[in-house]
Amino acid sequence: MANSHEVVETTQTASEYVQHHLGFLTYGKHADGTWGFAHSVEEAREMGFWAINVDSMMISLLLGLLFLGLFRFSISKATSGKPGGLQNFLEIIVEMVQTNVKNTFFGKNDLVGPLALTIFCWIFLMNAMDLIPVDIIPMFAQWVSGNPHLYFKAVPTTDLNITAGFAIGVFILIIYYSIKVKGLGGFLGEFAFHPFGKWALPLNLLLELPGFFAKFVSLALRLYGNFFAGEVIFLVIGLVGYWQLPMHFGWSVFHILVVTLQAYLFMMLTIVYMNQAHQTTH
Amino acid sequence: MNLNATIIGQLIAFAVFVMFCMKYVWPPITAILEERQKKIAEGLEAAERAQRDLNLAQNKAADELRAAKQQGAELIEQANKRANQIIDEAKDKARLEGQRLITAAQAEIEMETQRAREALRAQVAAIAVAGAEKILGHAIDQAANEELMNKLAAEL
Repeated sequence: MANSHEVVETTQTASEYVQHHLGFLTYGKHADGTWGFAHSVEEAREMGFWAINVDSMMISLLLGLLFLGLFRFSISKATSGKPGGLQNFLEIIVEMVQTNVKNTFFGKNDLVGPLALTIFCWIFLMNAMDLIPVDIIPMFAQWVSGNPHLYFKAVPTTDLNITAGFAIGVFILIIYYSIKVKGLGGFLGEFAFHPFGKWALPLNLLLELPGFFAKFVSLALRLYGNFFAGEVIFLVIGLVGYWQLPMHFGWSVFHILVVTLQAYLFMMLTIVYMNQAHQTTH
Repeated sequence: MNLNATIIGQLIAFAVFVMFCMKYVWPPITAILEERQKKIAEGLEAAERAQRDLNLAQNKAADELRAAKQQGAELIEQANKRANQIIDEAKDKARLEGQRLITAAQAEIEMETQRAREALRAQVAAIAVAGAEKILGHAIDQAANEELMNKLAAEL
């Protein structure tokens, strides 16, 4: 209770703290026509679409390279005999992905396995960034850049751009394989002539189109929403003084579950959607 | 929450990473997993085969042991039999030899007795003749009394 009093007293700074932590390091074109980093959230917004969140993009790429590098490093020393620790660990992940693909995806497509593996590992690593205390990476970035007011977001999955990037990729694959397997007519026919036959075409469209786009939303927004909310709660916990230690511990432990679960969910949904794209009977 | 070009950057990165994974990560790992599965299957099969061979060998060894034991028992029995036979034979031989020796000895004794008797008889005859000569005072005609002397000697 004593802490809440403090929080009320420092409302302005606490709000600023949260606001600052939710800002991105955005690079784009300023209103005056010059290119550079945005100095505030508003400025970043004014940059419009042709700007890039350097922080989430950089961490995303680093983690992606970490994922691929770790696997390549392990493969370079891999044997089909007795596996070492790292190889064993990575093989468990690959087998988990392989089993899920086998049980859920009934078409024939060599892309689905690697796709699912990449999604699971990459998103898992991105999500896992939120287990690092919220201030460490931004403070490190500020120390490196020498700018104490630098915006830096450490968890890429709290950036809708990143999750939407994944979702758009999966969405393109869904459309591509739907058309490839069913033909353009078959693909569009699914929207027009199901579930009530061709005489109820508008009703069918009304039912099927939102369902189709819900796939995109369920991929992008669910992951983003989970981690954005989780991040905000971490930030709020970060405001409560020494009491944040047990609270932070509790929320982190809970987030170990969320991190894995959300990565797994994204992977499973991708496999399920890819399977639907390959099923000829609706 | 503003959408910007990051979405495109992430999309490109995603495509590149998935392609890299599809080309350089997924195939070798799944190949290794498959190879290991095959190896394990082969290993299990080999173990099973070895177990089967071991069982067969154990059975065979037990059979041979049993046969050897039987053979050994037979040999011992044979040897015992043969030993008994040899002993019996030796006994028989000894008995026969003894018999023969006894018979020979008896024959010799008989012969000696006969000879002694003959000698005695001759001497008795001579003594009788000498006695008779003394009694009669002259010599008895050897030839005329030959028969008589012999009869006398035989009666002795």
